[in-house]
Amino acid sequence: MLNYIIKRLIMIIPVIIGVSILSFMLIHLVPGDPARMMLGERATPKAMQELRETLGLNDPLPVQYLRFANHALHGDLGSSIRSKLPVTEEMANKFPATLELSCFAMLIAVLAGGLAGIISSVKPYSLFDNLSMGAALFGVSIPIFWLGLMMIWFFGVNLHILPPSGRISVGVELHKITNIYLLDSIITGNWKAFKDVLAHIIMPSLALSTIPMAMIARVTRSSMLEVLGQDYIRTAWAKGLPGRLVIFRHALKNAFLPVLTVIGLQFGYLLGGAVMTEAIFSWPGVGRWLFVAISARDIPIVQGGILMVALVFVIINLIVDILYTYVDPRIRFD
Amino acid sequence: MTAQDMKVTTEAAGMAMEPAIRAPWMEGIQRLLRQKTAIFGLIIVCLLLLTALLAPLIAPYDPVAPDLPSRLQAPSATHFLGTDELGRDILSRIIYGSRISIQVGILAVGISLIFGTFLGAISGYFGGKPDMIIMRAIDIVMAFPYILLAIAITAMLGPGLNNAMIAIGIVGIPIYARVVRGAVLSVKEMEYIEAAKVSGCNSLRIIMKHVLPNCLAPLIVQATLGIGTAILDAAGLSFLGLGAQPPKPEWGIMLNKGKDVMHIAPWVIMFPGIAILFTVLGFNLLGDGLRDALDPRLRNTN
Repeated sequence: MLNYIIKRLIMIIPVIIGVSILSFMLIHLVPGDPARMMLGERATPKAMQELRETLGLNDPLPVQYLRFANHALHGDLGSSIRSKLPVTEEMANKFPATLELSCFAMLIAVLAGGLAGIISSVKPYSLFDNLSMGAALFGVSIPIFWLGLMMIWFFGVNLHILPPSGRISVGVELHKITNIYLLDSIITGNWKAFKDVLAHIIMPSLALSTIPMAMIARVTRSSMLEVLGQDYIRTAWAKGLPGRLVIFRHALKNAFLPVLTVIGLQFGYLLGGAVMTEAIFSWPGVGRWLFVAISARDIPIVQGGILMVALVFVIINLIVDILYTYVDPRIRFD
Repeated sequence: MTAQDMKVTTEAAGMAMEPAIRAPWMEGIQRLLRQKTAIFGLIIVCLLLLTALLAPLIAPYDPVAPDLPSRLQAPSATHFLGTDELGRDILSRIIYGSRISIQVGILAVGISLIFGTFLGAISGYFGGKPDMIIMRAIDIVMAFPYILLAIAITAMLGPGLNNAMIAIGIVGIPIYARVVRGAVLSVKEMEYIEAAKVSGCNSLRIIMKHVLPNCLAPLIVQATLGIGTAILDAAGLSFLGLGAQPPKPEWGIMLNKGKDVMHIAPWVIMFPGIAILFTVLGFNLLGDGLRDALDPRLRNTN
């Protein structure tokens, strides 16, 4: 087991090096002067020269990359051009918001999608199955940015029951410990803040959960259908075991691996790819931060932020891989 | 969308067309037409193509020219889907928007397809070092969240529809490379490839004439699903202001401009979104149907 983990860790080293090269190169992939790209057409030569000096853009690319990599290894990814704050610090500020949103969305997706998938597999081709699989088809085809707008229009503008943007209302006090607001409000027993934060997170997390929910429902259904057709399940039924036990203990346990794959993969995407959702609901997370930085061509954030997001993604994939060996001992050590 | 592609990739990767089946395409089409959902998808896609082709004939108004006196009108007999903040007919804009969406979908997938097939074929056919280098490079690109990479590339190239299209095409390359590689791996062990080698064909000829034609099925499936995804992503980039620019009647930019007036004129955002939804749904249904129809492993199971 330990050998396997070590082997996997060694295997991701070249990927991480490649990821760092690509993150670094993003800004240089386009012909043209990065300094001009950042400052615009009207920049004075002096301002451009100063920026080039600050960012070390005058050195040859390999030298620039080695400096970038060397600093990155020491935990320094440079500072934002606009806010002057270190990229790592900004990331640390934004990440809890994204983590909270992604976890909440994934929770909804696993519960609702998993349940729909299980019920559909137990009663295939029933009305419920047809309806939920139809809904899942719409779920993978729906544009999140549109769904988000429609939710804001319906629940926020028309019904006035949910706040259309942000994480917490102005004026609501919350003592921040982890910066995951739901957790903080529970720890401090601040139920007023808890209700407010919950109201803020419902719409973005629902919008974000549609794709994973639909995929989890479809994969759970097909995987369960396959398992439910096997002999040992028939034996379990024949023994007279209660349905709950057969479905959840015997079948679900063995049908779980493909579902885990989807959950892992989707979770990685939620953490780094929630750009649309965060932009629509003005959620102050990593996706929105990166989007704004990319639009403003804030080079240190573009390079460092994207590198960190990719690293998170690589690490989550690694964790999922390792979890496999727990869930399915057959694929151990290879 | 992205992970959907990845799922599809793993499914599509293993399914190269079995050779020597009589009239396999006819059989495939028959199997396709036996599925209700696939027919539904096919109808949506055909309607979309017709709309795009006949746009100037069926659109009741000019999609771009502002008509300020009739701005923000609710759906009515004169404007079926209402008008937007500049008084333009939303139905006409959606009709013309189908042209942009189809163009983006096809060209973006074309970029992914050409480069992906090239890399995947080399990787799968030659194996060894080239395979290792290409697959590692693909792992690296896939370590980035797909949409974030597309946003970054578009922003670096400069906002605009063409650049959005290129960006979506580039980030799609790994998926096609993997699909082709998987298909090539299973085809190249076939006896007729051996026969071609013995008869003195060079690698290029074997790949072009013997290997790739037998890898078409998974590619067609992936490309069909990919067009839907590309249209969705392009609309997303436009929505963020990185893709098509106003006054182009593009669905994403319509949502972007409409969101400022949605509290008084919800129809401005409602209908372009429905257009995107059904377009993507159509390609997804058709792609799913094609996979079931062309996958030899599912043959004769019904």
